[in-house]
Amino acid sequence: MNSYTSWGRYPRSHPAEVVPLSWISRIPDFNQFSHPVLVYGKGRSYGDTCLNDGGVLLDSSGLDRFIQFDTHTGVLRCESGVTLQSVLRLSLPDWFLPVTPGTQFVTIGGAIANDVHGKNHHRAGSFGCHVRSFELLRSDKGRVFCSPEENKDLFAATIGGLGLTGMILWAEFQLKRASGPWIECEQIRFEKLDTFFELSAASDENYEYTVAWLDCASAGHKLGRGIFIRGNHSSAGPQDSHGPLPLPGFEAPEMLISRPTVRAFNWAYFNSQFRESTRNRVHYEKFFYPLDRVAEWNRLYGQRGFLQYQFVVPYQNREVVAEVLDLIARSREVCTLSVLKVFGSVSSPGLLSFPRPGVTLALDFPYQGQPTLDLCERFDQVMKRNGGVVYPAKDARMSAESFQTYFPQWKELSNFLDPRFESDFWRRVTPTNGNRQ
Amino acid sequence: MTRRVLILGATSGIAQETSRCFAAEHAKLFLVARDPQKLAAVAEDLKVRGAEAVETHQADLNAYSDHPAIINRAASVWQGLDAALIAHGSLPDQALVEKDSLVLRDALDTNYFSAVSLSMHLATVFEAQRSGVLAIIGSVAGDRGRRSNYVYGSAKAAIATFAAGLRLRLLPAGVKVVLIKPGWVSTPMTEHLPQNFLYISAQKAGRGVYQAITSPTSVVYLPSYWKWIMAIIRSVPEPIFAKLKL
Repeated sequence: MNSYTSWGRYPRSHPAEVVPLSWISRIPDFNQFSHPVLVYGKGRSYGDTCLNDGGVLLDSSGLDRFIQFDTHTGVLRCESGVTLQSVLRLSLPDWFLPVTPGTQFVTIGGAIANDVHGKNHHRAGSFGCHVRSFELLRSDKGRVFCSPEENKDLFAATIGGLGLTGMILWAEFQLKRASGPWIECEQIRFEKLDTFFELSAASDENYEYTVAWLDCASAGHKLGRGIFIRGNHSSAGPQDSHGPLPLPGFEAPEMLISRPTVRAFNWAYFNSQFRESTRNRVHYEKFFYPLDRVAEWNRLYGQRGFLQYQFVVPYQNREVVAEVLDLIARSREVCTLSVLKVFGSVSSPGLLSFPRPGVTLALDFPYQGQPTLDLCERFDQVMKRNGGVVYPAKDARMSAESFQTYFPQWKELSNFLDPRFESDFWRRVTPTNGNRQ
Repeated sequence: MTRRVLILGATSGIAQETSRCFAAEHAKLFLVARDPQKLAAVAEDLKVRGAEAVETHQADLNAYSDHPAIINRAASVWQGLDAALIAHGSLPDQALVEKDSLVLRDALDTNYFSAVSLSMHLATVFEAQRSGVLAIIGSVAGDRGRRSNYVYGSAKAAIATFAAGLRLRLLPAGVKVVLIKPGWVSTPMTEHLPQNFLYISAQKAGRGVYQAITSPTSVVYLPSYWKWIMAIIRSVPEPIFAKLKL
């Protein structure tokens, strides 16, 4: 039997039962289970939104069939367990995902339930902006077709609804025209955050994709240095090539990821770029999914697992980024990865969506017990002072009070929950049974 | 050249993945399965994945009287057939088949008799057109009887012997018969069993079947290391084998 952990492998959770799903026409009645249910796709949510301790996990990875693809309009309909990787293998070289997160190993159902975003948020918004319709299976209403016109409230509640509004059976979404599998990519070194914000502002108009890697292991005058990455689709290069083959991941001893090794890696990565700026044509898999190269890279953190903290703050409060980096530098925590991006103003139809105009920073930390949690709690204090919001799909630890401050619309969402659906996350951040009518 | 391929048991986990490989090369696919809703879902998927044409035929393959009609339709719809895959099967509950003769007969029907009957009709078609590949999914379980699944294993052993003989019969006609013996595969058929590191995905198994159909080998283990595992298992003397509790 597969293990059903979340991507951060913290917290550990034990479902009472796992039910693999293979056919839309053969989904069991959710009311037959004595425990609450939750759909589990590829387990790429970092925290506990995809976990259901003591409950039933419905494994949707067998629902991996396409239903319809109009190669003239780029409209694709598929079952909810289809991965972004399968979509790309089908659609390229003519069509590309409208929005993609940093891994292609997520399901379409998961992309909708977490309303994922990517390097083109400033142009295209989140994944939910490109969803035309889907069908939900609910324990109380059976099959419900949802679109911006039909059952539009349930449509909005499901986008970013953390999988709690029922099971997405299939979805239809709009792909975008592509000119092949290659990306014209430019990398620019910057020494301070102000330069990043200038680069980002100057790139928004002419570059479809922008993001930055920060050297989060440096302190003092080096704080805020990093590499700004921007790119556009390229029509040059062979049209049918695949990216590099994956390398195996393994459960490493915990000392592999420690302060000296991370500092050395970051130093080497930052300085591997000798020139201030470089231009390359890179394969889309390398551009969008560098971490997918190592299968199960999350296991490199060892048994303890890791946390990701991703927030967004309004653009005028962007000094929060420096404040957070400073908190890290003054703590004993090891930040292994930090990714910075300026979101645009395209708003999502999702009720509980995370992406919104502002600056977003994602930070990875090996889980080292209470001190790691304390640091995240200090971040939360900064967020609340500055109108910040934390991304539930990445979260394993925020308090109920923090969640309800970030997402006051949670009460509205609770009107749309499927009465048989629950997750560890939802039990943690909302009052017990308070969400049930 | 567009291949015309018949898939019997098209909704099985392995067959679906093999069909996807054929769809990617824009083959024409004739799918046979029992459940019409599953069949429709598989057909839609294969069309999107590039199959030039997909025909479906709903049938219970344990109804032998339908076999001639199924094979005739599959062979006539595109005026000939380049390959056929017999992929249907079931893993019966060993405890149940030991007690209930009807369940026992049903297990042997599904895993042996229906496959033989379909093969006979296909042999006639392939022999007449003097070309074609007949691929049958056997199992490593057929290589040695084990207490946990010897009924299933005996059907798969019989299929192996049958395929070897049929291969010789069809050799002069230039028709290939390939027997594929998968080891442990994660599919809906095995989802209730505890799985270990030797399990491979249905996707990997399906691709292996596809490659076996196009390769010159006549017996293929999936993955190939099962050939060596089974060579060892077959060579273990009975008194020791009895103690292994396999």
